Amino acid sequence: MNIIPLGDSALIVRVRERFEDAAEETLDDVLRTCQQLRSAAVPGIIELAPAYTSVAVFYDLLAAVKASGQSNRAFDWLSERIRAAVAAGADRGRAVRTRRSDARLVEIPVCYDAEFAPDLDDVARHTQMSAKEVVGLHSAAEYRVACIGFVPGFPFLTGLAKRLATPRRDIPRKEISPGSVGIGGAQTGIYPLRSPGGWNLIGRTPMRLFDPQKDSPTLLRAGDRVRFRAIAREEFNLLKE
Amino acid sequence: MKAIIEGAGFLTSVQDLGRTGFREFGVSTSGALDSFALRVANLLVGNDETDAGLEITLGGLQLHFDDERIVAWCGGEFNVQIGPAPLPAGHAAVVHPGEELKVGRPQIGCRAWLAISGGIDVACMLGSRSTDLRANFGGLHGRALRDGDELLLGKCRRSIRPVGTTDRISSWTAPHDWVNPAKHNPMLRFIRGVDWDRFNASTLQRLTTESLAVSPDSDRMGVRFDGPELKREDSVDLISEAVAPGTVQVPPSGKPILLLRDCQTIGGYPKIAHVITVDLAIAAQLRPGDQVRFSEVPLAEAHALLVDRERQLELFRIGLSLHTT
Repeated sequence: MNIIPLGDSALIVRVRERFEDAAEETLDDVLRTCQQLRSAAVPGIIELAPAYTSVAVFYDLLAAVKASGQSNRAFDWLSERIRAAVAAGADRGRAVRTRRSDARLVEIPVCYDAEFAPDLDDVARHTQMSAKEVVGLHSAAEYRVACIGFVPGFPFLTGLAKRLATPRRDIPRKEISPGSVGIGGAQTGIYPLRSPGGWNLIGRTPMRLFDPQKDSPTLLRAGDRVRFRAIAREEFNLLKE
Repeated sequence: MKAIIEGAGFLTSVQDLGRTGFREFGVSTSGALDSFALRVANLLVGNDETDAGLEITLGGLQLHFDDERIVAWCGGEFNVQIGPAPLPAGHAAVVHPGEELKVGRPQIGCRAWLAISGGIDVACMLGSRSTDLRANFGGLHGRALRDGDELLLGKCRRSIRPVGTTDRISSWTAPHDWVNPAKHNPMLRFIRGVDWDRFNASTLQRLTTESLAVSPDSDRMGVRFDGPELKREDSVDLISEAVAPGTVQVPPSGKPILLLRDCQTIGGYPKIAHVITVDLAIAAQLRPGDQVRFSEVPLAEAHALLVDRERQLELFRIGLSLHTT
């Protein structure tokens, strides 16, 4: 485990160095570290954010200085506390272990109709499959949310069939409709908001992925298991209401 | 109980100290780009530091109130007037109902923060009243202000008496560096970034010896620089991880971007440096064409500067309480 300053008010805890070779285990490790740090409630730590191989820790310097009683080594003090929290968590054994089976499964209905899938033909051409096969493969797999980012609620999903990997578009779109499902390289994801973006759009969900009125504002969070269910336009319209 | 926006100016938005605790959902920090300036302005009018005020970009704002309010502002070198009377930065002043408050264009710098006694009473979303201009929520309808907008104001928490040389403007003020941090061609201090070692010695030398020109496509997400190009040694694709306001990242173009408070929560570009928190006040004043230099400091120094500024602010709070009833 590496702890590196991210400026003077945050640090990055690198739990692992690589992601793709063992995505599931890495994600579990990262989420467990996040949980251990949360329950340790280290004074001065105000925010945690997991992503792929790391957990970012944001701290209130003044609170950390106060808690440590030392004004000139806040970073070292925080690093020690973080290492201790993770070690203590590991000692407590596997009781708190986040495992794939513990992660909740979220089913997301997606309409793959041509009107919502302007890049489906491009993906089919690139992957040398029919559009139907692309949709079949995309909606058959189980994915996991590796992290949320880019815009609020955007899930970066790991677990895309290797055959479906398609490079991002050369020229990103200036505006993408909320709910659009896309493939970007070896990942798939969903655009929660009207935003620019370069992923290949192959469908759209009627579900709302980000709602700032809610305390837990996103449909998905890191670690969630996700399945896409292909739906017809009629069901899309019904769910949209 | 209202502020009536006659002219919204180039880009004015409701901001407080931003959102904490929602990064894991991909929600940006938002908030005043120079949060310290807003805290000081709030203290000057008797508000809580966390109250919402207005962030004004390049001026052009014109407004009035329907009741009496106390205002103060901090930021770039703007020409601010209440009616015909100039209001210097860092002084509290009484604004009578219907009187016009006008913020002109800045001579130096880019942004100013206006605090109004009682604060701006927009709905709190995800723990903050800040406008997230990228995700379009918070503030007033999740957008920048427009001509004709009306903003509800809160009740004044404590009354502060700005008595001084005139009966309108306080004689007391905050330290100059706090109320007017804008500088011509400033120096920004940084600590080494997570990916510092991915750049070769000559690139790193360029960063610390050459001036970087601020590009016109800079905004609240980040300050973009036109050059010099900072090329990397390797071309390994990095795994995305957290970025933060102050992070200087280098996309494949080699043109660095200094991230500000509307930046994304994660990024995959190498992070060459992080501008220290106390200097983000200066960064918030950068505008296209400015030339910036970077100078490295150790993390311990960045921390010492931040702790010292907070101690100074604590003293200032105590001093101010003498003017409060």
